[in-house]
Amino acid sequence: MNANVKLQPANAEPASIARPSRLASLARRSGRYAAQQLVPPLVILLVLGVIWEMLCSGANAALPPPSQVVAETWELIIDPFYDNGGNDVGLAWQLLASLQRVAVGYVLAVVAGVALGVLIGQSDWAMRGLDPIFQVLRTVPPLAWLPLSLAGFQDSHPSALFVIFITAIWPIIINTAVGIRNIPQDYRNVAQVLQLNGLEYFKTIMLPAAAPYIFTGLRIGVGLSWLAIIAAEMLIGGVGIGFFIWDAWNASRISDIILALVYIGVVGFVLDRLVAFVGQRITRGIPAN
Amino acid sequence: MSYLSIEHLDKSFVRGNLASQVLKDINLNIAKGEFISIIGHSGCGKSTVLNIVAGLLDPSLGGVILDGKEVRGPGPDRSMVFQNHSLLPWLTVYENVEVAVNKLFKRSMGKRERRDWIEHNLALVNMSHALKKYPQEISGGMKQRVGIARALAMKPKVLLLDEPFGALDALTRAHLQDEVMKIQKDLGNTMMMITHDVDEAVLLSDRIVMMTNGPSATIGEILEVKLPRPRDRIALAADPEYNHYRRAVLSFLHERHRLH
Repeated sequence: MNANVKLQPANAEPASIARPSRLASLARRSGRYAAQQLVPPLVILLVLGVIWEMLCSGANAALPPPSQVVAETWELIIDPFYDNGGNDVGLAWQLLASLQRVAVGYVLAVVAGVALGVLIGQSDWAMRGLDPIFQVLRTVPPLAWLPLSLAGFQDSHPSALFVIFITAIWPIIINTAVGIRNIPQDYRNVAQVLQLNGLEYFKTIMLPAAAPYIFTGLRIGVGLSWLAIIAAEMLIGGVGIGFFIWDAWNASRISDIILALVYIGVVGFVLDRLVAFVGQRITRGIPAN
Repeated sequence: MSYLSIEHLDKSFVRGNLASQVLKDINLNIAKGEFISIIGHSGCGKSTVLNIVAGLLDPSLGGVILDGKEVRGPGPDRSMVFQNHSLLPWLTVYENVEVAVNKLFKRSMGKRERRDWIEHNLALVNMSHALKKYPQEISGGMKQRVGIARALAMKPKVLLLDEPFGALDALTRAHLQDEVMKIQKDLGNTMMMITHDVDEAVLLSDRIVMMTNGPSATIGEILEVKLPRPRDRIALAADPEYNHYRRAVLSFLHERHRLH
């Protein structure tokens, strides 16, 4: 760069002027973006916090105001990784325990859901046979499966995994099947002319063509499994953010419950965005047909 | 001897108790290296003919023989250029051709040889500059070029074109027609094209197959176009012979077999 500048002094001046102004305009633009995107939610949050503070500041208020919540949970906030053995562990461990359950149950649901979705998307017979059953089963609330799975597995850990699995699988099956049924005839014609065999068709046409639909199902599925695990953990106990809430309720630590709710919301949001992001990367933003 | 022959082709679609005959007794012999257009009003079943030759549809009666063998099902020896290009949107321009080449020539060609073949075919249609682009990033005309490159890369015995330029604007269409003529002159492909554009049919074809209206459509007339090649659209515009052929097709379509 320097050598160029010396050789061509005529060009040096405009270049050196253009550079800082471009940086400055970038800074200005990102500043404006932050102002547009971040300021409104922060303002609303502040306003809601003030209203909450005012509503709950009375002597006989049933719920603690935000200032009290922060004061009472300060130790939980600053030290999420403590471990006093048993259930008495930091919130990070509680969340990780729940996330681990969700990960196992969800991965099983993804594998089985995509496989079943491909089956009923491809075969009219399987569609006719399985679809009515799925349509009935998918309306069963996740927690209604819990007693049955406890009876079947005789253990709380696999029961929790099963509840996640059975909650997440329906949207994955249904969206995968719809995606496969909607593969345009054009792509099928291309596959036919090339005489692709089953596996080649699956890899080169079916999965990528159905991917936008599949990821819609995966995204709904991950949200539902996060809903289900909190509820299931309240009932089965052990380490996990769901049971943490139930435990806090039994000990009348309302502030702990409120803090846990915030964490659950944030984790759920991150999970949803994570799946959406992976989907965006894989489908490269190609919309469903 | 004809290279591709369509013999006594009938096609009926049956739904429940209702059968509707679309094509009736189509007979056509096509020589190697010949360019044939099929023209007719929409709904006359011209695309059905092409789909039967492609093997995407089965004939109800009769059959298609290509190079001495009866056509049974689709295959790469009859590659097709689809009207809506049918590129796979999740693959780049290069990869769209690569899918075909890898499937068909994995054993017969080395890795390097396959790469050269893909690039060669994309160069034929002047798409070398966009190998890494995705279909949604290029224009309609460019997509159709890639569709043509993909079809050519399959080394087909006959290239089937289903209204390949129908969705393009007039300028792009003219440009692509010239390129197809050049490719056919250089490679000597046998081509069969469906069209509803009279100028396109006269300009490109050795023979124009004119179809009667359905139901039970059949070949009404076959017009041999004896214009010398290479053909130049500007010179031909004032050529009385060209206008004679044009008139013949127009009069078939709009006087004798008008849509009611």
